Amino acid sequence: MEYRTVLTTCTYCGTGCGLLLEVMDGEVVGVLPAKTHPINEGKLCIKGWNAHEFIYADGRLTKPLVRKGDTLEEASWDEALETIANKFAEIKKTNGPDSLGCFSSAKCTNEENYLLQKIFRAAIGTNNVDHCARL
Amino acid sequence: MTNSVPEFEDADCILITGSNTTSSHPLIASRIMKAKEKGAKIIVVDPRKMHIASLADIYVAQNLGSDVAWINGLMRIILQEGWENASFIKERTEGFEELKKAVAEYTPEKVEEITGIPKETLKEIAKIYATSEKSSIVYCMGITQHATGTDNVKSLANLAMLTGQIGRPSTGVNPLRGQNNVQGSTDLAAIPNVYPGYQPVTDDAIREKFEKAWGVPLSPDPGLTVVEMINAVEEGKLKGLFVLGENPLVSDPDSNHVEKALDAIDFLVVQDIFMTETARKADVVLPGASFAEKDGTYTGTDRRLQKIRKAVEPPDEAKADWDVLCRVGKAVGGKGFEFASPEEVFREIAEVMPIYHGITYDRIEKEIIHWPCRSEDDPGSPYLHKDGFAKGKGHFTPIGYKPPVELPDKEYPYQLTTGRLPFHYHTGTMTRVSPSLTHEVNEAFIEVHPTNAFEIGVKNSQVVRLTSRRGSVNAKVIITNDVKKGVVFMPFHFAEAAANRLTIAALDPIAKIPEYKVCAVNIEKIEESEA
Repeated sequence: MEYRTVLTTCTYCGTGCGLLLEVMDGEVVGVLPAKTHPINEGKLCIKGWNAHEFIYADGRLTKPLVRKGDTLEEASWDEALETIANKFAEIKKTNGPDSLGCFSSAKCTNEENYLLQKIFRAAIGTNNVDHCARL
Repeated sequence: MTNSVPEFEDADCILITGSNTTSSHPLIASRIMKAKEKGAKIIVVDPRKMHIASLADIYVAQNLGSDVAWINGLMRIILQEGWENASFIKERTEGFEELKKAVAEYTPEKVEEITGIPKETLKEIAKIYATSEKSSIVYCMGITQHATGTDNVKSLANLAMLTGQIGRPSTGVNPLRGQNNVQGSTDLAAIPNVYPGYQPVTDDAIREKFEKAWGVPLSPDPGLTVVEMINAVEEGKLKGLFVLGENPLVSDPDSNHVEKALDAIDFLVVQDIFMTETARKADVVLPGASFAEKDGTYTGTDRRLQKIRKAVEPPDEAKADWDVLCRVGKAVGGKGFEFASPEEVFREIAEVMPIYHGITYDRIEKEIIHWPCRSEDDPGSPYLHKDGFAKGKGHFTPIGYKPPVELPDKEYPYQLTTGRLPFHYHTGTMTRVSPSLTHEVNEAFIEVHPTNAFEIGVKNSQVVRLTSRRGSVNAKVIITNDVKKGVVFMPFHFAEAAANRLTIAALDPIAKIPEYKVCAVNIEKIEESEA
């Protein structure tokens, strides 16, 4: 049995509490508040204490899916990425770069937000980039 | 936030408005409780009497959407009584005379009429806020989610500048951000008008800098916001959409309209960890990773950068989102997506973004850094505007009160306001699969004042139908004095009874934020068989 804790930041609200994920044999089994964290000082709210529960919930997406008619079917990463590349290229060619856009995510990391806006601004050529900051 | 979270503890007065702090930001509420223990006066102005109101020295409920009026009223009293900070106004601000003129008509009587706040209470609030040594303003979506959201925020900034309650520890104007990384995603330019670090896309010199950094020509035209993109789909102008970790079908206003747009769009890609309502409509779905399965950084509500660390592998073929996006970038022919780790991405970020320039992974392992942090020996900025405002002088904006877009009438006689619960999060994709959280609350409800419940003829837990001009939903009634007569409240976490089927997509003209906090509805009792 291997047990370890990993110090990280809570994924719920913008307060940014420090927490420890308890990992047993490669699976997150619990959460502990980080005692020395300057924001939460050893405390967590009900969402923070249960921040690990959704990780293993039913319905996690585990494979890329591509629509075939009315259904979404499992596909390889290569097929999914190729579908995106072809379709985006086709739309851009016919309607121009401003006919494409993205909603980025306040749940994702700084690095991921940077990459998505870079894809749309630099690779596609549009500033149609927004996220749910207003919602 | 202009100031950092721990500073709340040492404030002498905390004015909270439009924030259900104990529910949505519990660990910030605990700082406010500590401040109260140390003797701070707590003032809560909010249409709903939430938990934090029970801790307040003064609690008052304003009418929905009347914020500009009460804030102007406060400023008029402050000027009349000579409680303004004359030296701060003289040295640090401009536009004072115009502000003075604009607030002159907001007499306590007029303000009471518009807002429902008794004039004596208004004066008491003005005195405590203006004359305390360190006063801090805390606000959240109750201030911003209005067609006058920008006006509301600017009014709070006017108030802080008028009294010099900004630019020092434990003061300031402090919006509490709802999502873990909403500050960071805004900093990183997941918004249509700027490049990372709030550098305008319309500025030629800035654009040239990014063209050089990214090695491609860039568009000088600001893009569309979320709500504008949905409208552009309907107009046939937007054909393809990439949605990363969002569920606009439940989170956006007027969901029926959003659903039509997502059905009509040519090509939809969704990258998420769950099969959300939005993902079901996608043409390609990419499986991403949860926060426990990847590395990276979040920027908290007080501009503090923190790491998240990978604890376990993503399930099956799912991948860390940064890795997926590098693959997408390369697939669509982009240059500069050859990153081997989030740390490498962050190095590029720090290079192009002056406010993050001095920040590295090594530094945030060891120290707490709040941006702006412009060089490796810059300790960062727990509070802003210490020796001056970023734009030179702080500008007072004269603002007049405008009523909400949709007022109650005969057909829709009640006002609906929406919000969050302590146990759930946004559209519920994470919390509603969490057994400990669904154990607390797992269905939509509507809070109704006893007088209105009597009119409608419903008892606690009976089901009613709420109808607005845009849609209708059913929900159980909770009868409570926490809402004012004529106002009903509904949480928006529950897709099966989505409050956003009812809300109005009226936008603030500048921030483009929808007016989630006020719309008109009708309520009807429905028979058991229909429920």
